[in-house]
Amino acid sequence: MTITAVPATTRKDWTSDQEVRWCPGCGDYSILAAVQMLLPDLGVRRESTVFLSGIGCAARFPYYMSTYGMHSIHGRAPAIATGLATTRPDLDVWLVTGDGDALSIGGNHLIHALRRNVRLNILMFNNQIYGLTKGQYSPTSEIAKVTKSTPFGSLDNPFNPVSLALGAGATFVARTHDMDRAHMQETFRRAHEHRGAAFVEVYQNCNVFNDGAFEKITGRDVRADMLIPLVHGQPIRFGAEEEKGVVQRSDGRLEVVDVADVGEEALLVHDEARADPGLAFALSHLSRGPIEPTPIGVFRAVDRPEYGDQMDQQVASAQERRGQGDLKALLRSGSTWTVD
Amino acid sequence: MANGVATEGGHPAEQMDRVVIRFAGDSGDGMQLTGDRFTESSALLGNDLSTFPDYPAEIRAPAGTLAGVSAFQVHISDHDILTPGDAPNVLVAMNPAALRANIGMLPKGAIVLVNVDAFDERSLKKAGYDTDPLADESLSAYKVYEVPMTSITQEVCKDAGVKPRDAERSKNFFALGLVSWLFTRPVDPTLEWIGKRFADRPQVAEANTRAFRAGFDFGETAELFESHYEVRPATFEVGEYTQITGNKALAWGLIAAAQLAGLPLFLGSYPITPASDILHELSRRKEFGVRTFQAEDEIAGVGSALGAAFGGALGVTTTSGPGLDLKSETIGLAINLELPLVIVDIQRGGPSTGLPTKTEQADLLHAMYGRHGEAPLPIVAAKTPAHCFEAAIEATRLAIEYRTPVILLSDGYLANGAEPWRLPDVDALERIDPKFATAPNHVNDDGSTAFWPYVRDEETLARPWAPPGIPGLEHRIGGLEKADGSGNVAYDPMNHERMVRLRAAKIDGIARRIAPLEVDDETGDAEVLVLGWGSTFGAIVAGVRRVRARGLRVAHAQLVHLNPFPPNLGEVLHRYRTVLVPEMNLGQLSRLVRAEFLIDAQSLTKVQGVPFRAAEVESAILTLLGGPR
Ligand code: SF4
Repeated sequence: MTITAVPATTRKDWTSDQEVRWCPGCGDYSILAAVQMLLPDLGVRRESTVFLSGIGCAARFPYYMSTYGMHSIHGRAPAIATGLATTRPDLDVWLVTGDGDALSIGGNHLIHALRRNVRLNILMFNNQIYGLTKGQYSPTSEIAKVTKSTPFGSLDNPFNPVSLALGAGATFVARTHDMDRAHMQETFRRAHEHRGAAFVEVYQNCNVFNDGAFEKITGRDVRADMLIPLVHGQPIRFGAEEEKGVVQRSDGRLEVVDVADVGEEALLVHDEARADPGLAFALSHLSRGPIEPTPIGVFRAVDRPEYGDQMDQQVASAQERRGQGDLKALLRSGSTWTVD
Repeated sequence: MANGVATEGGHPAEQMDRVVIRFAGDSGDGMQLTGDRFTESSALLGNDLSTFPDYPAEIRAPAGTLAGVSAFQVHISDHDILTPGDAPNVLVAMNPAALRANIGMLPKGAIVLVNVDAFDERSLKKAGYDTDPLADESLSAYKVYEVPMTSITQEVCKDAGVKPRDAERSKNFFALGLVSWLFTRPVDPTLEWIGKRFADRPQVAEANTRAFRAGFDFGETAELFESHYEVRPATFEVGEYTQITGNKALAWGLIAAAQLAGLPLFLGSYPITPASDILHELSRRKEFGVRTFQAEDEIAGVGSALGAAFGGALGVTTTSGPGLDLKSETIGLAINLELPLVIVDIQRGGPSTGLPTKTEQADLLHAMYGRHGEAPLPIVAAKTPAHCFEAAIEATRLAIEYRTPVILLSDGYLANGAEPWRLPDVDALERIDPKFATAPNHVNDDGSTAFWPYVRDEETLARPWAPPGIPGLEHRIGGLEKADGSGNVAYDPMNHERMVRLRAAKIDGIARRIAPLEVDDETGDAEVLVLGWGSTFGAIVAGVRRVRARGLRVAHAQLVHLNPFPPNLGEVLHRYRTVLVPEMNLGQLSRLVRAEFLIDAQSLTKVQGVPFRAAEVESAILTLLGGPR
């Protein structure tokens, strides 16, 4: 095999000729741009890159990429991606999904792909609403949400996607948002580097059916006070003057405090590589939703054997022990007799 | 059936041309294993045979009850046979429940071997007997032999190193030994097998060996039996044989098909009775590069297989009826994506959970129509356990050549039933060419080239298969309707109509690829044709033979391709005055042929979870021929 250098590309090379058909102003545009602008930097090939999706607004994503791609059926993309990623370890498989696709109809497939640690970059666009079906509440919508299907308010307690992924045993869990291209790209880059299932929740504004759902924390003028950047090995602090921080109380509870009150030494130091997911889980629950100071960045990044790699190893070791499969011998593996 | 022949020993051996033996006991009594071992030694002896494992859905239904009875029926013969037999000539009943559940099947004069130790008051009561049938006249029509199987087994195992309770568990080997003696089976294969199977538990091996020998010796010395029997080897075509079940043949067929196509095999599957054995068998065969994935559910099973197919592997999913329901949406996607995919449905009694361990053929219309939209796909049905091998290759061939999901239908009877199989010459099997796309196939207006995923092969109408990895062939496909040729998303009404018709024409065109239907019509002037599909093959052939033995004429054809039908089916059907369609459903194939060919097909249906008997087919044919003469 000859290894040729990956040709240099630009955003244009990763853009398909299909007209993008999201609503004007939709947060999906900025996510698409972030991805298309990041890929030339990742040293990957177009022909070895696959974008897969299920159903929903986000799921149109593959059509706009000039890579290989599949727009599949509602919720099932993680299952389809599992078959692809485990049989084609040479490919870079991205899975684009939404809160309804990933957490409602496809919840089962998502948690199993995460626990198995299948080599996938999962980008879940969370807009807390069903967009494509024109505005019903979603599994991440806040309680009491009034929508077309819940005129008296929704009753369901929402999922916290980061908590869910951590609970499923995901090895890489992160959160970013559509208003900050640099943060998105850095997060996606980290997800791409991770060998295993990488889950990224992207807060995404649906300006038609749920406009401003994240404005209280992602708005340009509030961001510094409302987003808590998680940086590995660094004390967790935020605020325009980094005047606020997170501490862990003696009962294990995390709390947002004024740094001046507790002293810098008391702040919790973020360790994304901690084997035990407890602290990451506690961080994911620090806010009750995108209305309070909310951590973003990489919650957890740990090494665990990748699923397809392990499958390959089982095949390789069987072939080592028994040699390449011989069909004639297989047919004779039970008792045989000859009639002359 | 039998005639006396003197032998050297004390007991004369009577020749029998065939015998049907039914081993019946509690689920925990090891009857499936006993039957399997008896079958294996009969196969090695050279008999033709056919088996029918018949077991309950519960793993351990309450011991001693009718619900917990597990049976294994085997038909051995010195000539070519095709069914596990209509009625057992010999019943081995390990307890009262086994006797009660099976006695009704026996013809007068049949041999009944009962484990008399199990006929205590409690067990009789559990089986629903008010009085002991061994003590009254109720069994007078049969030759009943009361054998203390449990106590002799315990006695001979006394110092074998196992506890008395464990020794009791070897009693099925006693029964096996006794029946082996009764039918003059060789003992060595069974003893060798015991040694191998229990190599890591030498005490268990010892107990089973002792029990087996004790059973054999009991027959020889107890002077209970007037004679024993011999079923001579059958005349087989020259070749090498093995004994095979349908599920194993199917798994091996998939491995063979992947090799013929030069593709890695990926199985995405969720455990379900009676399909799980295919998953088990394939998961043992990793040296063939097989990747098996036990998915989180049926949907993920088929989804992962489709993902593997997108990546250029042979994607397969295996299931039974309830799983097929769940896979429907993904199969529809595969039809739209036009990717190869093999869906194996081992049919069982339905609807819903139905009769999980019993056989039925009631998924044909589901396979045919069970998707929204116009969503045709090819359907292939296996007709005998060994034929599952060939059927798996055929299903794969159609899937790959036509870029389409294919449903392969088998059923519980084929899955678990066994028969001798003349091993095929694998070098002679026709290769399958995946014909992957290698280069752009379209020239744009400006002279540049492009890859269009929906440009079709003129002959097959198949689209190119272009797994990721090749520069210049990047493309996106999906469940939305696509523009003819470019494959871009298209909502144009005329394009949709064209694509719907193209997809249908592609499947219809497969009729040109498949062999014409062969009709077995000895004299060529029969007026009645029996048209079967799938696992009814054995019972129909046996029934047809019986009719012919009466000097009557009847023709038979068995469909393997259910969609599209073989190209000559219409012509064949119109040649006969009457067409009889036996099926284990309420008339699904008969509905299809009536609709397609406007013929008055007569339906013979049975939905009891058990295969047709030859006699049932025979009597239906006789009725059509104007009643028994
Ligand atoms: S409905 Fe909402 S999420 Fe969907 S494209 Fe429009 S703005 Fe974006």
